[in-house]
Amino acid sequence: MKPFTYERAKTPAEAAAIVAGRPGAKFIAGGTNLLDLMKLEIETPTHLVDVQDLKLDRIEATREGGLRIGANVTNTALASDDRVRRDYAVLTKAIVAGASGQLRNKASTAGNILQRTRCPYFYDPNQPCNKRKPGSGCAAIGGYSRQLAVIGSSDACIATFPGDMAVALRVLDATVETVNPQGGTRSISMADFHRLPGNTPQFDNTLQRGELLTSVTLPKPIGGQHFYNKVRDRASYAYALVSVAAVIQPDGTGRVAVGGVAHKPWRVEAAEAAMPQGSRAVATRLMAGAKPTADNAFKVPLVERTLGAVMHDAGMKRTAA
Amino acid sequence: MKFETPAGTNPIDQLKVVGKPTDRIDGKFKTTGTAPYAYERHDVAPNQAYGYIVGSAVAKGRISSMNLADAKAAPGVLAIVSTLDHKPLPLGPQNTANLFGGAEVQHYHQAIALVVAETFEQARAAANLIRVDYARTKGKYDLEALAPTAPLEGGGSGEGSAAPAIDRVGNFDGAFASAPVKLDQQYTTPGHSHAMMEPFATIAAWDGPKLTVWTSNQMIAWAKRDVAKTLSLSPENVRVDSPYIGGGFGGKLFVRADVPLAALGAKAVGRPVKVAMQRPLIANNSTHRPATIQRIRLGATKDGRITAIAHESTSGNLPEGKPEVAVQQTKLLYAGANRMTLMKLAVMDLPEGNAMRAPGEAPGLMALEMAMDEMAEKLGMDPVEFRIVNDTQVDPEKPQRPFSQRQLVKCLRDGADRFGWSRRSAKPASVREGRWLIGMGMAAAFRNNQLTKSAARVRLDGKGMVTVETDMTDIGTGTYTIIAQTAAEMMGIGLDKVVVKLGDSDFPASAGSGGQWGANNSTAGVYAACIKLREQVGQRLGMTGDVEFADGEVRAGGRSAKLADAARNGPLTAEDFIEYGDLAKKYQQSTFAGHFVEVAVDSFTGQTRIRRMLAVCAAGRILNPKSARNQVIGGMTMGAGAALMEELAVDKRFGFFVNHDLATYEVPVHADIPHQEVVFLDEVDPISSPMKAKGVGELGICGVGAAVANAIYNATGVRVRDYPITLEKHLTRLPQVA
Repeated sequence: MKPFTYERAKTPAEAAAIVAGRPGAKFIAGGTNLLDLMKLEIETPTHLVDVQDLKLDRIEATREGGLRIGANVTNTALASDDRVRRDYAVLTKAIVAGASGQLRNKASTAGNILQRTRCPYFYDPNQPCNKRKPGSGCAAIGGYSRQLAVIGSSDACIATFPGDMAVALRVLDATVETVNPQGGTRSISMADFHRLPGNTPQFDNTLQRGELLTSVTLPKPIGGQHFYNKVRDRASYAYALVSVAAVIQPDGTGRVAVGGVAHKPWRVEAAEAAMPQGSRAVATRLMAGAKPTADNAFKVPLVERTLGAVMHDAGMKRTAA
Repeated sequence: MKFETPAGTNPIDQLKVVGKPTDRIDGKFKTTGTAPYAYERHDVAPNQAYGYIVGSAVAKGRISSMNLADAKAAPGVLAIVSTLDHKPLPLGPQNTANLFGGAEVQHYHQAIALVVAETFEQARAAANLIRVDYARTKGKYDLEALAPTAPLEGGGSGEGSAAPAIDRVGNFDGAFASAPVKLDQQYTTPGHSHAMMEPFATIAAWDGPKLTVWTSNQMIAWAKRDVAKTLSLSPENVRVDSPYIGGGFGGKLFVRADVPLAALGAKAVGRPVKVAMQRPLIANNSTHRPATIQRIRLGATKDGRITAIAHESTSGNLPEGKPEVAVQQTKLLYAGANRMTLMKLAVMDLPEGNAMRAPGEAPGLMALEMAMDEMAEKLGMDPVEFRIVNDTQVDPEKPQRPFSQRQLVKCLRDGADRFGWSRRSAKPASVREGRWLIGMGMAAAFRNNQLTKSAARVRLDGKGMVTVETDMTDIGTGTYTIIAQTAAEMMGIGLDKVVVKLGDSDFPASAGSGGQWGANNSTAGVYAACIKLREQVGQRLGMTGDVEFADGEVRAGGRSAKLADAARNGPLTAEDFIEYGDLAKKYQQSTFAGHFVEVAVDSFTGQTRIRRMLAVCAAGRILNPKSARNQVIGGMTMGAGAALMEELAVDKRFGFFVNHDLATYEVPVHADIPHQEVVFLDEVDPISSPMKAKGVGELGICGVGAAVANAIYNATGVRVRDYPITLEKHLTRLPQVA
């Protein structure tokens, strides 16, 4: 860990301005990811701007009938909120499928969305990694890649976005709100928030330098049965091999987003039209163009089968696997 | 005391204290944070500085240059100990990988420098400023590719398990060729990491030529010997102290890089230095359980009698390393006139393979007990019955040598009854609950009982307190408690009158903790010392003949006195050791269990979830059923991990274990482990020692992985012979749910 300075910002715009104006500055909220990365010198901020005093810790109803979730609402508070549990159960299920109780008590909503990949080569500073050190190469390609991306990857990076909560936010059509150093705000759909690696895998998302995530907004509830099926080798405290967030309506229509397969929560709206035809029809469209490695080729059929499990639990008839 | 003939009745048989499920006497210290582990011993030496280890970034090659200038100039840095400033340190006799010194790199994350600074954070920050240039050379990292040309190699794992390169009895080839029913299969197990909670950690301090290391180590006498050798010191100038150990599993049988680095760092800065090996270094810097490729052939008559049994195992290790003795149990577990075991060893450039909990048996039984399940199916026999039919009461290689005790059949029968084995469907993939496929599996467990010299000193003071001192370790096993129970039983006092001091090399040398030999041998050493103390007490009190020690009193010939009275004029001290005659040659001494497991496999995703586990164990006298149960369920949990998730993933290009932290090397968590039941058969083994006990610390892991695997097969009808049984290995072959 490199020595760094620390301050607590008073307002979101002030926080954004400090980070924008100071090379090497970063925001810190719960710190559950950033501090680990700093200890390994994967992240080397010279200045930390603590955002915990910004009063972004409330969950409020919106005029449109949805919920606005402050960036600093803890994962525990969000998952246990009565309105979330009632109207957005997929979000609660996704959050409690991740990390541990202790981490969820500390981790923030924004931090969860902004968590970095868990690619083991990203985590080993001896190994080349274009995400950690642009231009150094990718040791994961041709290496041990069982956990890594099968779709939307590039020749520069096959890392995945590791989170659960953002997969549920994607299926719920959430948007994130930000403030920039000039005090301006914008709203970004979850679909556009995380990005594919391309030639610049060092950028996980579409935030600009200094732009601060202030809230996440859920549109009004859409009803249906909510599922989050996270598939992993051990029953808790593990990242998803594949996860499926789904909302399924009584008529068999629905929405699906998949975690653990790409550099972002993976959703193809056009594939959802095939929901009434079953998991294979959806998965074929959803995973079209997948380029798995030998280690992780199983993730492609696993997406279909995990969706099949969800549809089975929803009471939908299974189609051939 | 030399133990040469089977034990008769002795004071331990009273079972007033021994054999009771006593809570750990050190439990309150551990649960209140007052049992200091090595890194927390802030008070043992003043002015401790912090060391941070730098590991090699390449797996094989030479360091061409190291630039230390920036690191030396960094804030708080006191010294940098560079591998280039030292010759390779001499190694202890059971190890192969260089711990430190020299330009040559033998494996990934080999220690190449220690940065010593005023604070941990300063040392860590400076360590990242060291610039190293390597001349990388090609290495051998792919066991599967090397196996076909690997030469025969016998040997052992460093903690006593050993087998010759080839061992033949009868005519295996002929008997196998003519057997009416045959099995010939290959099984593979990956490398495993000890992944103990407490990392390797040491505080070192010099006092002139004398070195003290406060560390975390299972085998204090070995550690003292190896520290002396490694640092070229006279053994009497070395003191090792390790009273509390946060898990070792074989990883702490030996001195690791933290010890010489802390000592060299302390020498360099002229003050005590503390070093904890960083978690990401542990998997590659230290030892691991080697991967194996095993072939098993079984030939049997149609009624299920084994006529031919062969077990071959190939593993890899650094040059001069030893093979994983995965064939060991196959020499002893089942009957059969024609037998062959064989081991091959490939020279590789991965980190050092060495002992991990039940070396040999743990991976060996994962293969053998799956093969037995497959063979039972071929024979149309119940897997429990197949094992019972092939039980042997003598060493099958030397039939004149009986087992001292062998109640495997009872373990299996009792286990089957308790578990409801009769409800198992012999036809795989025939039990469903919604999405889930349900199956039951079982396996036999076997692990040898090893005997080794162990000494202790006991002291009685004027208040009637008995203090036991031995360099024995408690690696989480409950040793403090069973030693206290032994002394209390022998001296006729309560546990509140016993103080146990462990882990200090200034105390008499014990068996140490490894190979599940600790409990029986270390308590037998305490027994021997207590016999001497009883004699002294009798002499002091003028009592001879049949002297009884009970209720804090000493009684003989109608007289009685307080035990404390014997020490009224000064403490009495007795020291002795247990050593063994040739009973182990005349009798095969082993421990046995039957494991039973029920699993559910998600027919969609292939995920396996264990539902129930039962172990029925026969392991001599159980000194403390509570701590023994704790050991067995820990072993069962580790075996479940080996069956379902644990694997050191090798990068075959760059030659290292990629998943080198606890986020990526997955071990079971609470949610993976369901109801576990452990039953101990009522058994005493008078041939093992005066305690009539044996070990259980490794028995729990033996066979359980195969029981899980066999349950998965019973659930799914898909046989996976490549551990761990992760979902992709059966995913697309699973039966559909209607």
